[in-house]
Amino acid sequence: MLAKIHITLKKDVLDPQGSVIANSLKSLGFDNVRDVRQGKFIELEIEGKDRDTATKQCNEMCEKLLANLVIEDYSVEIES
Amino acid sequence: MKTHVVVFPGSNCDRDVAVAIEKIIGSLPKMVWHKDTSIDQSDLIVVPGGFSYGDYLRCGAMASTSPIMKSVIENAIKGVPVLGICNGFQILIESGLLQGALMRNSSLSFICRDVIIKTTNSKSIFTNKSKISKMPIAHNEGNFFASDDQIKKMEDNEQIAFQYCNENGDINDESNPNGSIKNIAGILNQNKNVLGMMPHPERAAENIHGCEDGKTIFESILN
Repeated sequence: MLAKIHITLKKDVLDPQGSVIANSLKSLGFDNVRDVRQGKFIELEIEGKDRDTATKQCNEMCEKLLANLVIEDYSVEIES
Repeated sequence: MKTHVVVFPGSNCDRDVAVAIEKIIGSLPKMVWHKDTSIDQSDLIVVPGGFSYGDYLRCGAMASTSPIMKSVIENAIKGVPVLGICNGFQILIESGLLQGALMRNSSLSFICRDVIIKTTNSKSIFTNKSKISKMPIAHNEGNFFASDDQIKKMEDNEQIAFQYCNENGDINDESNPNGSIKNIAGILNQNKNVLGMMPHPERAAENIHGCEDGKTIFESILN
């Protein structure tokens, strides 16, 4: 199975990198860009067939290591 | 005094801290490799600065899962003083010994210069000798963040150890180098035996450094 994990800064946490990227996009002419948030994308290959178990495991991985819950949110998507 | 300095792949302030400990505390620290599994009988454990594991994932995240950290955490829970400097602070936060998070500097650039810090809690074992001190910082991720609730609890429990300030001791936006919430430069755990700080006391610990204010941290531990 393939797990796709997105990690993003929480809404109330300032993202200075995102702001700089937004400004650069505007200077390229993309005037309609309102807000940019930069995050991480992690792909994991996991052995096994049970999606629920894999989801549970990935949530645990995020909580223990992959994300810092003080500043980040995460989402897990499992593809078989 | 029995002292220990933890060394990770990528630590680069371990020897500076060892020199400061030897000169100020007067005993040669034992250097402990991150793959070791135990620290027995210590009066001080220092987690030094550097770029452990190349700052992969988040600064300090990989190091916090190193075998030695189990023993550092056990010692901290027993009440052994643990000092984390710069990357060491990041590691202590990632290991859960300290609260909050250290994010990328708000300027998005690495900052390497002297700063002035005010000792907010001067009653801890690490801070009973310092008031307003000058020390260098050298980091890219020193922007301290915690939720409003966490900050309130930390304030009520006197866990804020140091705050960036100007020469008069005023804590304001101009004296905040990295965007840290409330100008926080260092924090303590609930029991006040774990201190994490971004400034480097070991780099301001003898005359040839140009400033000796950092000595107070080590003298305080001796006190």
